[in-house]
Amino acid sequence: MQAATLFTPQLAASPIAKILWLIPAMPIVASGVISLLKQPRRKAATVLSIGSLSFSLLLSLIAFAHVVAGWAQGAAVCETVNFTWFQFGSTTVDLGWVLDPLSSVMLVMVTFVGLLIFIYSIGYMAHDENYTRFFCFLSLFAGAMLGVVISNSILLLFMSWEIVGLTSYLLIGFWYQKPSAAAAAKKAFLTTRVGDIFFLLGIVWLFAQTGTLLFYNHGAGSIEGWALTGLLAQPAALGLSAATAIGLLIFAGAAGKSGQLPLHVWLPDAMEGPTPVSALIHAATMVAAGVYLIARVYPLMQAGALAGGTTPALTVVTWVGASTALFAALIAVAQNDIKRILAYSTISQLGYMMAGLGLGGVAVGMFHLITHAFFKALLFMGAGSVIHGCHEEQDIRKMGGLKSAMPLTFATYGIGMLALCGVPIFFSGFWSKDAILESAHGWPLSQAPFYMLVFGAVLTAFYMTRQISYVFFGAYRGHNHAHESPRVMTTPLAILAFFAVALGVIGTPAWPWFRAFLDNRAADVSLHAFAEPAWLMLLLTSCVIVVLGIGFGWTLYGNKSPNAEAPDALERAVPWIWAVLRDKFYVDEFYGATFIAFYEWWARVADWLDRRVWGGAVAAVTWLFGLWAQLNRFLDTNVVDGTFDKGCEEISTGGGLLASIQSGRVQNYLRILALAVVALVAILIWSSRP
Amino acid sequence: MSPVFYLVSAMTVAGALAAVLLKPLVHCALAVTVAFAGLAFLFLSLDAQFAGFAQILVYIGAVAILIVFAILLTKGSELPRDGVFSRSWLAGVVISAAVFAALGWAILRSAWTLPHEAAVPAVTVHDIGVALVDRYVLPLEIVALLLTAATIGAVIVAMHEKEGAK
Amino acid sequence: MTPLASYLLVAALVFAIGLAGALVRRNAILVLIGIELMLNAANLNFIAFWRYGPHPEALTGMMFAIFSIAVAAAEAAVGLGLVIAIYRHAQTTDLDKMNRMKG
Repeated sequence: MQAATLFTPQLAASPIAKILWLIPAMPIVASGVISLLKQPRRKAATVLSIGSLSFSLLLSLIAFAHVVAGWAQGAAVCETVNFTWFQFGSTTVDLGWVLDPLSSVMLVMVTFVGLLIFIYSIGYMAHDENYTRFFCFLSLFAGAMLGVVISNSILLLFMSWEIVGLTSYLLIGFWYQKPSAAAAAKKAFLTTRVGDIFFLLGIVWLFAQTGTLLFYNHGAGSIEGWALTGLLAQPAALGLSAATAIGLLIFAGAAGKSGQLPLHVWLPDAMEGPTPVSALIHAATMVAAGVYLIARVYPLMQAGALAGGTTPALTVVTWVGASTALFAALIAVAQNDIKRILAYSTISQLGYMMAGLGLGGVAVGMFHLITHAFFKALLFMGAGSVIHGCHEEQDIRKMGGLKSAMPLTFATYGIGMLALCGVPIFFSGFWSKDAILESAHGWPLSQAPFYMLVFGAVLTAFYMTRQISYVFFGAYRGHNHAHESPRVMTTPLAILAFFAVALGVIGTPAWPWFRAFLDNRAADVSLHAFAEPAWLMLLLTSCVIVVLGIGFGWTLYGNKSPNAEAPDALERAVPWIWAVLRDKFYVDEFYGATFIAFYEWWARVADWLDRRVWGGAVAAVTWLFGLWAQLNRFLDTNVVDGTFDKGCEEISTGGGLLASIQSGRVQNYLRILALAVVALVAILIWSSRP
Repeated sequence: MSPVFYLVSAMTVAGALAAVLLKPLVHCALAVTVAFAGLAFLFLSLDAQFAGFAQILVYIGAVAILIVFAILLTKGSELPRDGVFSRSWLAGVVISAAVFAALGWAILRSAWTLPHEAAVPAVTVHDIGVALVDRYVLPLEIVALLLTAATIGAVIVAMHEKEGAK
Repeated sequence: MTPLASYLLVAALVFAIGLAGALVRRNAILVLIGIELMLNAANLNFIAFWRYGPHPEALTGMMFAIFSIAVAAAEAAVGLGLVIAIYRHAQTTDLDKMNRMKG
């Protein structure tokens, strides 16, 4: 596992760390501005999104250079900028960001691959009328993803995580008029939500237990020494410690986002979104966010491990990862949609990454994440190019022979495919997958993950060969004339292809720079590493895997041009297994019969409750109020008004009576005068009596 | 008291009663003339010769004639249709009775403080004339003014309106 | 009864009768007649008090009565003139019918 850091910690925030927040902020601001544009302006949207992301890329490169410089000088860079968001009582809610090797590497990958895909999208979405909305959402996604990467506060990470989920929903359902797209978006959101609930539970528990939301806080962070010992000592349930329980809860969230075994069902359906979305979100970045999360909280997952040993949390991660890798690879064999094959491949590779994290540590898992991002994005964009060239055709049985029609796409796709298969030496995929297999082989608990991963690799090579044969070799079985894509789409392909090859350099045993960088150790160049027997064994194993997979695939599918209607060669051989694989092991049907059915039943019950019980209560109260109102009205009309009216009538009558004194007749006045005089005289007499 | 007093008083009271009770208006006018005459005699019996003769001259000679003229000009000689007494005549009678009761009671209660007999005042018309221009010159002048205004006013009020005039 | 008291009683009687006439009869002229009677009764009062009063040589009562007669005459003239004017306007001297000031 990880060796003790020999480097000195560098914790003070440098200038670049202080402005690190600009990296996610720029694309989010660009997204906001685009959303406020009155009419869709393509040029403005393009300039804003690509400009902001380029700026973020520039800042990421500067940050990366700074961290590398620090590493070269023997410093373990972990610069944090934390601040309090709000405070209630004695608890504070803190936010902040961190600049360390892990985040700097991820920043560069996300911004670089993101920028290439943005440029690719200019060409891909050129004919779409909702171009501006696309770039608005894309920028928002980029900003949120970068927020997840730099976050030092688990709350800020969760907030960015949720925005990432939101933009994924918006982008999968980009063509919302299609019912399948809308359903896929909803499915993605709900499935990841299940994971997020557990994640939130983990966050709350962690906060309650450690009292802080920050990961790193000069020793007081939630995954730093003091807090970890506390978490380890706290028992949870089933004999597990709080550290393990929280780790498992957080892994549940990661499993949802990264499509691990029970929560993988949304990823294949997410292919309803446009291809750049599939490339960026569902290959390179968002699905990798789960892996990144586990890497970020790795000290928590690893807490309590003895040297060379493992923890229960990591064991779970390993098993889930290995199972996912094999499961998805099996399904990918029997798919006919070009993007779905790649989707299942992504799920499978994510399983590899998780297994890598569990078996070999942060560096192993992250290295595969980085290399996978490049060649999977390359493959998806290549697939997009193929779909674009074949006029929106996505079924591989209706393609073929495109290597002559689309040479550049074929070349880059081929490089990506070889990297994915792990063809030795020249391709980065080999080096990263090799590291995982090496860790699996050395796992103390069981060799089963190793065999699962090996078999998965064979299947990967097999189905990729099948896909390439169907698409690029043989004769063209489609109806439209295929053409190469414009340069704005093929140039990013070329750049990614270059990196798919070149990235392998930083992960070889001879110069394990990546590993050393992430683990804060020194990296020595030693070509002797190539001569070690263990490594040579592994090299042999990989060669066998590749030969088996590609060879088997070529024999079955090779240069043949199977009829679109005819059953697949493998299907003819083992029809029963084929059916199971094609129907994705009936997981979706299982969910539909259990959870979804229960949910629908529950929704009906709730509706009945709402309408009858609560609605009835409300209606009863309303009726009571109506009654009361009637009573009031009765009182008002009869009692109040009656009294008032009667009173007024009396006054009126009285007034009338009084008015009758003014008869207008002089004699009456005279009479009253005389009477008054008499009365006055009487009073005077009376008062003057002695 | 001398029998003359009683006779004259009776005449006066009778005349007054007749004036208010008779139905034909002209008869009332004549009756009130009788009452005026009775009062003049009473003045004379009180040694107020000037007042007595002034009463005869003014009241009987002018006011009564005026009344008769007014009756004639307002066709009072015809008997009215609705009766001569007001609808609420009883109230009037009661009130007058109350007034008389009050006055009578006041007179009778204080009778014993009034002097029994007094000497005849040695007052001549000459004295009256002197007093008019000496002590009472202001009231005299004002009354003259009043009479002028009254005359003019009465003429204007009773004048026929000209056709087309405002 | 002293002579003064008897004269006063007579005056009071005439006054009451005059008042009754003014209050009871319908005709406006009769109201004026009643008023004249009342004035006369008051004159009688004045003269009686002058005669039997302490200082008859001051001529106060006599003067009052004389002026009263003069003013009464003027007032009768104006009043009757008004009655004539009203008769010309309303064609009647019935007071019960004259309630234009009603209300």
